[in-house]
Amino acid sequence: MRAFINHFAFEFRTGLRNKDLLLLNYLFPLGFYLMMGVMMGQINPLFVETMIPAMAIFAVLSATILGLPNPLVEAREGGIFRSFKINGVPAISILSIPALTTAFHAVIVAFVIALTGTPLFKAPAPVNWFAFALLCLLAAFTCAGVGALIGVISANTRVTILWSQLIYLPSIMLSGMMVPTTMLPAALRKVGLLLPPTYALHAFQGLSQGQATDVNPWAAVAILIAGGLLAFDMALYLFSWDRQNATRRGHPAMALIALVPYIVGALAF
Amino acid sequence: MIEIAVRVTNFRKQYGDFVAVDGISFEVRRGEIFGLLGPNGAGKTSTLETLEGLRRADGGTLSVMGIDPTREARKLRDIIGVQLQTSALPANMTVGEAMRFFCAYHGVPERPDLIRRMGLAEKTSAQYASLSTGQQRRLALALAIAHNPPVVFLDEPTAGLDVATRAELHEMVRELRAAGTTIVLATHDMAEAEKLCDRVAILLRGRIAAIGTPRELTATGSGLTKVSVRTESGSLTRLATALPGVRQQTVQEDYIVCFTTAIGPTLSAILAHIEAQGDSLVDLRVERPSLEERFLEITNAGGPR
Repeated sequence: MRAFINHFAFEFRTGLRNKDLLLLNYLFPLGFYLMMGVMMGQINPLFVETMIPAMAIFAVLSATILGLPNPLVEAREGGIFRSFKINGVPAISILSIPALTTAFHAVIVAFVIALTGTPLFKAPAPVNWFAFALLCLLAAFTCAGVGALIGVISANTRVTILWSQLIYLPSIMLSGMMVPTTMLPAALRKVGLLLPPTYALHAFQGLSQGQATDVNPWAAVAILIAGGLLAFDMALYLFSWDRQNATRRGHPAMALIALVPYIVGALAF
Repeated sequence: MIEIAVRVTNFRKQYGDFVAVDGISFEVRRGEIFGLLGPNGAGKTSTLETLEGLRRADGGTLSVMGIDPTREARKLRDIIGVQLQTSALPANMTVGEAMRFFCAYHGVPERPDLIRRMGLAEKTSAQYASLSTGQQRRLALALAIAHNPPVVFLDEPTAGLDVATRAELHEMVRELRAAGTTIVLATHDMAEAEKLCDRVAILLRGRIAAIGTPRELTATGSGLTKVSVRTESGSLTRLATALPGVRQQTVQEDYIVCFTTAIGPTLSAILAHIEAQGDSLVDLRVERPSLEERFLEITNAGGPR
């Protein structure tokens, strides 16, 4: 327990000390939220309806998909995991504790957005704050799983950026965060259903915002839980301690198994 | 009865078609400093990293205090301390955090005394990236021994350090041995090995080319002792007969330099000659063969003689 607390405290502080992480955890999502609040409210009044969950998910995406993978790759390439291994730090701690602290940072930002969205931009506040908190944690858990998986399978930080953007950009465009999914062409809607934020937004809309949604929010929650668990399992399975001793238990392509719950969701909805 | 702390039997390690270690065997006694010497690519780091549980052996058996490093990795963590050749800590981790972090994972109380002993007390709040190479090495050693492991592996512990820091680290290693810790040390530095190690093994292309105490190894070489003499009027340069035991003799600047197999008779003959010539001695130096010379002999010959 002492080891967990120490590790958690260190990783949490890292999220604030490291300038890149501070940017991705706090400055970028909060800056983007303010900018979108000012601009999108005038361009697309419908955006304000889903602004709080959309920006909360954006904060989660920035912290987990953009912020989490690179430090994992750098630590592996820099020999930090070797130091951890010889001192008995287990792989599960190496993956789960940064994911937890990243989720924690994202939830803090999500609450800042939820608490300021109504007074600043007249965005509807959550009707169920407890559900909002739990869904923030769930979205962060699922996206952190994806972030950890990207960090584990990427050979270097350049590849990490590629994989991260492959999730991040479509998530912003197709998950309903910027434009309602009902306004998207059918094919793009299906592509959007392959991404965790789409389900997160449906879950927020249905369970914390009290809004109508075209995907059953409980089904969305189930898909997010399954996707998160599978992503963490695959990350742990494919984890390697260092580049010099790169014997993996499986091919990196096995990471695609983490997509299964979303494929099921895309077929079902 | 001699207790064995580390036992390696017919150990083999290969990377693809390249055989890094080719069936080596050696034992390290409890409480001794054992040196693994060899040129780059000789198999030192592969051997150490397999003993540390970072790599898997492709053949043979290894044990550290009776524990198989591959099969009992968790048990191994608490009985070994490791200073890796290439390792690092997170750039923003402070010295104090690092000590708390690793002590917590080993389940032992924090060791501020070690931070002080390593001269890092003023750096407790400094982040790892801001430490000098010497400070990073000292921190690595402090972390390696914080849980009082009976066996410590040091891979090139003084590489890239200045003379003063190197001497400090040597002193710490001696203190560890005095406390009963077994130390396995891989190094390129022959002077370091000769000063610190009780026994050494010279690895060459994945095989042990020689093993023994530094004195034993130097004694099994050519056995030539170097004698350099300078006299007031240079009478030795006009020596007509060969000195007893001398195999090779040259003149370097004002010195007669000879290599002898019989140091006593050679010195007696030199002194007698100087006296007989009415000359007087200005400087006389006797240099025993060093481990470095023996190492070069072995590596140049491609194996043991």
